[in-house]
Parts: sequence; structure tokens; C-alpha cells
Amino acid sequence: MIEAEGLTKFYGSLPAIRDVSFQVEKGEVVGFLGPNGAGKSTTIRILTCYMPPTTGAARVNGLDCFEKSLEVRRVVGYLPESVPLYGEMTVTRFLRFAAAAKKVEARAIKKEIDRVVDVCALGKVSNRIIGHLSKGYRQRVGLAQALLNNPPVLVLDEPTIGLDPGQIIEIRKLIQELGGEHTILLSSHILPEVAQICQRVMIINKGQIIATDSPSNLTSRLQKTARLVIEVNGPAEPLIQALGQLKGVQKVTPGQENGGRMSIETDPGADLRAEIARLVIGKGLDLLELRAVDLSLEDIFVQLVTEEPSQEEPRS
Amino acid sequence: MKGFWSVYRKELYSLFASPIFYVVAFIFLVISGYFFYSIVAYYNVLSYQASQNPMMARQFNILEMIFRPFFLDLSVVLLLIAPLLTMRLFAEERKAGTLELLFTYPISDWAMVLAKFKAVMSAFGIILLGTLPGVLFVSVLGSPSWKPVACAYLGVFLLGGSFISLGVFTSSLTQNQIIAAVLSFGGLLLLWVIGWLKNVVESPIGEVADYLSFAKHFDSFAKGVLDSRDLLFYILFTVFFLFLTLRQMGSYRWRG
Repeated sequence: MIEAEGLTKFYGSLPAIRDVSFQVEKGEVVGFLGPNGAGKSTTIRILTCYMPPTTGAARVNGLDCFEKSLEVRRVVGYLPESVPLYGEMTVTRFLRFAAAAKKVEARAIKKEIDRVVDVCALGKVSNRIIGHLSKGYRQRVGLAQALLNNPPVLVLDEPTIGLDPGQIIEIRKLIQELGGEHTILLSSHILPEVAQICQRVMIINKGQIIATDSPSNLTSRLQKTARLVIEVNGPAEPLIQALGQLKGVQKVTPGQENGGRMSIETDPGADLRAEIARLVIGKGLDLLELRAVDLSLEDIFVQLVTEEPSQEEPRS
Repeated sequence: MKGFWSVYRKELYSLFASPIFYVVAFIFLVISGYFFYSIVAYYNVLSYQASQNPMMARQFNILEMIFRPFFLDLSVVLLLIAPLLTMRLFAEERKAGTLELLFTYPISDWAMVLAKFKAVMSAFGIILLGTLPGVLFVSVLGSPSWKPVACAYLGVFLLGGSFISLGVFTSSLTQNQIIAAVLSFGGLLLLWVIGWLKNVVESPIGEVADYLSFAKHFDSFAKGVLDSRDLLFYILFTVFFLFLTLRQMGSYRWRG
């Protein structure tokens, strides 16, 4: 449904993205992760025909984004990152303009607007001036205009940024519901959100895609260590030394308070829980807690983007 | 022309929803009304003298003595207000980021540029209608031939079209409305006075400058003479700057 092939974009002499390639299948919900300035918005803007790539090609629905720009724009609903809206218009008037611009038939416009207003829960503010709305409502108006004309592809740049927790949950639910019939590409900073909504995650850093997989695969594939947390009652010092000598343990980090809490990093795949429990009891200490901790997507993300790039010139 | 009407309606709404239009229309009508009044009052004084001097009465001509100076004055006022009507067209959209919406809706760049141009032309046409009562008043009392008056109106409209096309272009260059207005005002003023070079500089530069002058081409319209060369000049000028705007849009896209 969405294909990117060797996309490269230079701003002047500064490369924003380099050789970005990926595919999104029909009906998939794919998350685009990356730190600020990684090239997420640049990639998204190329896919939505806002700007052409320097080299490479992007296709949506089999249509080239540059050659068949107008056709592509008809099948893509786009929510830009900054949610630009016409502040002087009322919500209904703005949606009427957007619907007309998106070639919704004149007779169907009212019904279509009612539909998206309903989906995005904008009924209460539909006659208010957009400039006076709160950030949360503006975000929903942005989403509503993207949904007009029911496009098969939705591209959402940071759809939940600036919303309160309740609204975030609503929007996430909405995106999940849309996922069945729409192909969705969304970018986000919030990693648990991506893990929750998306079937596949692409991590982009410094203009290049560094990992693509499902959130769970990504976690297990990139997990270089497994982590355990234990809490004991009694002097922890000798225990830390003993744990460090245990086979398979890479590192032991005592907790911040001087209590008996510590986290242990072990080789992946090695289940040391039983041995550690025996060791603790053997030292004459009480074992209060022992559990394995999954490396969160957040940890993986940090690991990936902080890794030294192998052959790259430094960029600002 | 995909998306032309939707953008046109949106632009009209934005124009009429903002106070700029009303202030500009008010000032334009007050000043043009003042010019009209003073010209008619002067004509009045002259006609009183002419009533005692048959030689002078023979040279009397409403077209020459009221309409020609009035339309020339009108064109100068237009020079001042046109940049104010056009400055927000693209600059505001760039600043607010809404250009990103327009660029990703199925609207062709040509449709976008033309719709914005046409919207301001419509607003300008409405303002121009405000000058009709005075003109009708003189026409009823003085019964001049209507064709030269219509010709002069066509001239003002075409002149407005070239002013507005230059304003559309300067608005696409920046996200600051003041800069857009100053650029277009400066450009218009320069093109207004550039004809003066003719008297100072040897041809061919003087000739070219004379040809580019707005004032020269407008004078024949104000006299009521419809000359195809002048008609062509304004149309070409307008098309040229709308085309430049289109190129500027393309360049803006590439630069991102």
C-alpha cells in the first residue's frame, strides 16, 4: 500500500534522510519512531506529496507520489505534526472547506462531516471558532479533516501529542478501530503507545531506518541482556560480590536507597532465578522479591539510537 | 483546475471575515470620494466661469475634465491599497503552516494560485462598485457617452489585476505579511514612476522603461480609448506574475 524506495532528501547540503526504504501492507498499522530531527516528518511529508524527494521514489496504492501527486493525495488522509488549521473558521466551516477540497460530492458533504464529527467526538464544539479551541480539540479537528472522504491510507504525524491521558486513550482506541480497514502510518515519541497500537515498528535515527519489526520481536531480537530485580533483607554488600561471580551474570547494580534492592543483568536466555534464590538463602538473607524484568521498547529505543554509528560523519 | 472553487470560497470567507477588507474598502472609498468631490467642485467653478465666456465653454468636456482625472486619482489610491489586500494570501498560510494542508489536499498548484487571485479580484470588484454612485450621478446630470466610462472602468479593473498579481507573487516569497506588502508596494511604485526615465535617459533604455510604466498604459484607458496594446500589456503582466508565483510554489515545495 505504501512503498518507499531509497528515499533521500537534502535540505541544501544537509541530508535529512538517506536511503530510506520500507513497505507498509494494506490494513497494517505501522509506527514510526525516532528522536527529534531523525527524519520522521521529512519521510512523512514525502509520502503525503508535500515535497518531492531528492532521489528515490515513494508510491502509495501503486501510484508514484511525484508523478501522480493529485491521485495520491486523494487516497491519503494526513494529520501534520503541528496541526495547522484556519483559526478564523468554525469547525464546521473548516471541515466543509476540507471536504470540498477533497472532492466529497456536494450532496454528501453534510453527511460526511456529521460522520467525522461523530467519530472524533466534536459535536460539542462544531460551531465554535477553531482559534478558541483547546489543544485537544484542535488535535481532533485535525484528525477529523484527515478522515474526510474516508481515505484508505492515513498518515498521522504525532497524533496524540499534547493531549491529556483520557484523550490519549480515546485517540489510541480510535486509531486501533480505524486500523482494520485503513492502512495507517503514524509517528510518535511515546513508545508504549506504539507498542500498544502498532503491529510493526520502524525506528529511524539520523535519517536512516535502523530497525523494523513487530514490537515483541524487536524486544527479543535486540535484547542483549536479561534483567532481574531482587530485594533482600540484610547487608547487601557481600551478596553483590557473590552475585558478580555467578556464571552468566554481567553486571549488578545496587538500588539507590541503601536498602537491599538491586538489579542484575544476565546473559539473555540464561534463567538464573533459582540459583540466585539459593545464593541469597545460603548467605542467610531473607529474599523479599525476585522477578524478571522485560526490557521495554523504550530501553531498546535508547539502546539503538545511542549506539555509535559505524561509518558516519558527525551531523549537527 | 482541481479544487479551484473550494479554495476560492475559502479565500473569500477569510477576506470577509478579517477586518482588513473593511478598513481597506473604507479608506479607498473615503479617499476616492474626496477626489471625486473636489474634481466635481472644481468643474463647477470652471463651468460658472465658462457661462460668461463662450470660448471656454466650447472646450468643455465632462469626460476630459471629470472622468479622466478621477480615474487617474483612483489608480493612485489603488496603488496604496492593493498590497494590503494581497499581503496575507500566501504569507499567512506559510506562517500558520496551513500551506501544508493545501499542498497535501488534491488541489493543483495552478488552481490554488488562480483561486487566490480571483478571490482578491472579486473583493476588489466589490470595492470598485462603491465608486459607481458618484459616477452614475454625474452621468445622469451630464449624460456623457457610457462607452468611454466603461472603458475607464475596464482599465481600472485590469490595472487592479496587475497590481494584485504582483501582490500575490510577493506574498508567496515570505511568511511575513508586512514584508510582502512592502515588497509589492515598492515594486508597484517603481513601475508607476519608471516611465519618467524616458525624458532623462537615451533610448532604448528609456523606451523600455516607458513601455513598462503602468501610468502610460493607464492614461489611454482613462481617456476612454481602448487600445489593444495596453490591454495586452496588463494581461501579460498579470499572467507573468501569476506564473512566477506558480514557480515559487514549486520551488518552495522542493526546498521543503
